[in-house]
Amino acid sequence: MPALLLAAGLAVAPCGGPARADDAVQLSITIKDRKFDPAELHAPAGKPIVIHVKNLNTIVSEFESSDLHFEKIVPVGSEGVVYVRPQQPGRYNFFDDFHHETQGSLVVQ
Amino acid sequence: MLASLLIVFREVFEAGLVVGIVMAVTSAVPGRTIWIAGGVGAGVLGACLVALFTSGLSELFNGSGQEIFNASILGLAVVMLTWHNVWMSRHGRELAAELRATGEAVASGSKSLLALAVVVAVAVLREGSEVVLFLYGVAAAQGGASWSFVAGGLIGLALGSLVCLLTYLGLVTIPARYLFGVTSALIALLAAGMAAQAIAFLEQANIITALDQTAWDTSWILSDSSFLGKALHTLIGYVDQPTAMQVVVYAATLAVIVILMKLFAAPGQRHHQPRAA
Repeated sequence: MPALLLAAGLAVAPCGGPARADDAVQLSITIKDRKFDPAELHAPAGKPIVIHVKNLNTIVSEFESSDLHFEKIVPVGSEGVVYVRPQQPGRYNFFDDFHHETQGSLVVQ
Repeated sequence: MLASLLIVFREVFEAGLVVGIVMAVTSAVPGRTIWIAGGVGAGVLGACLVALFTSGLSELFNGSGQEIFNASILGLAVVMLTWHNVWMSRHGRELAAELRATGEAVASGSKSLLALAVVVAVAVLREGSEVVLFLYGVAAAQGGASWSFVAGGLIGLALGSLVCLLTYLGLVTIPARYLFGVTSALIALLAAGMAAQAIAFLEQANIITALDQTAWDTSWILSDSSFLGKALHTLIGYVDQPTAMQVVVYAATLAVIVILMKLFAAPGQRHHQPRAA
């Protein structure tokens, strides 16, 4: 039955999907030498955000944010994409969960 | 050393809560040890496989392979937990009271044990694959694992296993006549939390976009990245800023489990039924 609910959720998705992808803010960031580049991203409030993260470290990363509620493993040399729901103005931190010295933030205005 | 200790402890802790609950739930079922151990073993093996194929997995479904995989195995665990609770609402009492010593109980109990072994395997696989990726990544970068790094991992594993043991020991101190109700409620909440987490993964992959507004924000009371917040996240699916869709799915999963348990409850025992959720 929960599987049915999941299926129902999937069926609903296409209605909102394409429209949202169009007006989403696209952001790119790389992880290199255990640092985010740029260390600070900017996005307007109230719009969905797509973050493309490329791992140029020599070690696997987990791109994660408690503030923005995402976690994504990014293997060496590959690019990961996370979709973030529209946010209120503020500063939201993200980090590499495998290397906590790697910290960055998203400023929503 | 500290990094490997913390990461291993955190992941083993989360899987340990689930394993501890399953051990308590099955404390009256004969032959459970082999099933739970099998679940842990399958989970560890699965974790290594997932870690090994992470790059390939990530690239599936336009880069959303990880999210779809996580959501799928969480969905599988939800189905197994639901099935277990429904099965127990029908057979739990006879199993505990009359058939404990007989071979028949082993035969009928093993169906439910299989479902819970799958749940254990899923929990270990999810948390374990991160441990494997992290440990392997660091070891590869260092050109081999240092002693302190290995020691940190082992201490983390020991501390995490202790949590599993304490969860189990804490739950089995509950008097037998309440244990069934308490564990049924725990399993139902665990399932609802996993269903909501599956939704979070599908939202992160942009597969579910409906009802994506934040339902409430309780991060000022209890952040879900704090220690207690994380424990509650694993146990009952606590999220400090859930989307409306997560709340809907959480409530729907709970409702479905309670309704199915009532529908399939053993005749004549309805008024004894567990106070699930």
